[in-house]
Amino acid sequence: MTREGAVELEEHNDESVEMRPGARYRCPACPTEVVVVKGDGRGRLTCGGAPMFDPAAGDEASSGPSPNDPDPETAVLLGKRYGDPDDAVEVLCTKAGSGPLVLDGEALSVKAPKPLPASD
Amino acid sequence: MLLEMAAAAGGDRTAATSGGGTVTYRGFMAEAAAAAGRISASGAEYLVVCDESSPALVTALFGAAWAGVPYVPLNYRLTPSELVDLAARTRPALALVGDGDQAGLGSLDGIEAVELSELRADPGGGADPAEAGSWPMDPDAVAVLLYTSGTTGPPKSAVLRHRHLTSYILGATELMSAGPDEANLIAVPPYHIAGVAITLSQIYVGRRIVFMPRFDPDGWIDLVRSEEITHAMVVPTMLARIVDALDRRDETIDTLRSLAYGGGRAHPSVVEKALSLLPTTGFVNAYGLTETSATVSLLGPDDHRAAAASADPAARARLASAGRPIPAVEVSIRDGAGNEVAPGADGEVWVRGAQVAGEYLEGGARLDPDGWFATRDTGYIDADGYLYLLGRDDDIIIRGGENLSPGEIEDVLLGHDRVLDAAAVGAPSREWGEEVAAFVVASEPAPSEAELCELVRSRLRSSRVPARVVFTDELPYNETGKILRRVLRDRLADTDP
Repeated sequence: MTREGAVELEEHNDESVEMRPGARYRCPACPTEVVVVKGDGRGRLTCGGAPMFDPAAGDEASSGPSPNDPDPETAVLLGKRYGDPDDAVEVLCTKAGSGPLVLDGEALSVKAPKPLPASD
Repeated sequence: MLLEMAAAAGGDRTAATSGGGTVTYRGFMAEAAAAAGRISASGAEYLVVCDESSPALVTALFGAAWAGVPYVPLNYRLTPSELVDLAARTRPALALVGDGDQAGLGSLDGIEAVELSELRADPGGGADPAEAGSWPMDPDAVAVLLYTSGTTGPPKSAVLRHRHLTSYILGATELMSAGPDEANLIAVPPYHIAGVAITLSQIYVGRRIVFMPRFDPDGWIDLVRSEEITHAMVVPTMLARIVDALDRRDETIDTLRSLAYGGGRAHPSVVEKALSLLPTTGFVNAYGLTETSATVSLLGPDDHRAAAASADPAARARLASAGRPIPAVEVSIRDGAGNEVAPGADGEVWVRGAQVAGEYLEGGARLDPDGWFATRDTGYIDADGYLYLLGRDDDIIIRGGENLSPGEIEDVLLGHDRVLDAAAVGAPSREWGEEVAAFVVASEPAPSEAELCELVRSRLRSSRVPARVVFTDELPYNETGKILRRVLRDRLADTDP
């Protein structure tokens, strides 16, 4: 490994992940999966307090069991978008789970849909 | 990913109906899993599709995505030799063929031709989607290769990656947001961007799909009634024919909630008539290109009704607008040097957004360093932000240094009672460089050339008056409703005095 690589590894030891559009993350403790639709840079993305991970990296086996009775206040719902108050980051839930989603200590909240007239 | 979400959310709802059979979202998921297994086992690097639209193409589209290979739909109406030439560009491939592979794609080296039943037959013994696990979609992988319609030059293959198409769907729609009673009649060709985009969006929003592989206006009206269609998308030539048929049958359809049209220029008189014949339908005019993953701007139902209800000609003119950019896309009008022009001024239409690919297999990405794509369409944006299109850069007639819009001249000619269709193209001229030549389809008794020229002179500047008027039985269109101006220019050269 090059020296540069080692430095990069060290910097990212804080369990932060890349918040670039298209990146997908999974919760280790519940079935939640999200895809980033807006954002840049890195962030510490957690679900129910557990850091979310890149399933393609293959370093963790699978997501956790389905919750029996997720708290409706914090549940992550399929197809809904979650964003920060500044509208800088947005993730789409591709698999529902118990949540809550938190980015760098700040809760992500569900965003109202803005549907367009059907153009196709 | 999109089908996976639709299957999780929509499950046993009906996703598509065809000839009495139905497929659910879960059903498409299982079929796509089987198709993905079959594609991967074959070693193919592309899935070529040469068949008319049916639920099988939904399976093929998502199966290719799952297998991680590009989906390459071909225009099955091309000649066998044209099809073989196109198919030879993408090998090794699995080719999904209808009609027993009449073009003989399977005889090419590196192409294995299969029928739908074989595509669904997974060698692994039918993968259980639950066991197949998560869909390993790489956002940068090529999702679809589409041969652009080739109104000029040989066809180019436009590259659309998963991130482009997914951005388009996520920017414009909401998962399973359609009511269980809603249904969309898909009559646009499957090898056109509209056919791909509409298939993806309808699966994601959970609106039942009904395919109409061969369009005819009376059949379309009958299907809308019998299948209780609530939504549909057509190209302008289809809209004109539907309007004529409704008029002839003296009928209306009150169940159709949304009728979108796009893919070419619709004449305002057709749109006005459609609005009056279908008073309860919401109309949407969509402007987009293959290279932009479909729609980049749209004129919505309220805009249509407000324009049609207005007595002010300027407000009515908005019916000819391509509407305002969708939130996920920016539109800018630029001059030849790439600088933005003032509002209201003509220039080339540039677009930017996560869905804008602007990439070709033959020439790489054509985005500028800031992500802008120059569409080669000419237009302007008015003070309220509405986009008006004047034509393709290639179609603009340049007479003595003045840029003339063919559409403007055509609209005036079409205003004549007995002119059924009209197209203006540039004819070579020693004096002017180019002059206006008008091709006109007229009903009997046909108006005289002088009468038509006088009509144009009375409405537009004299430079727009045709130097030649050619009467013809019909105009050449491609399947998506674009006038083949190149064919008309060639015809002029052939008949040059």
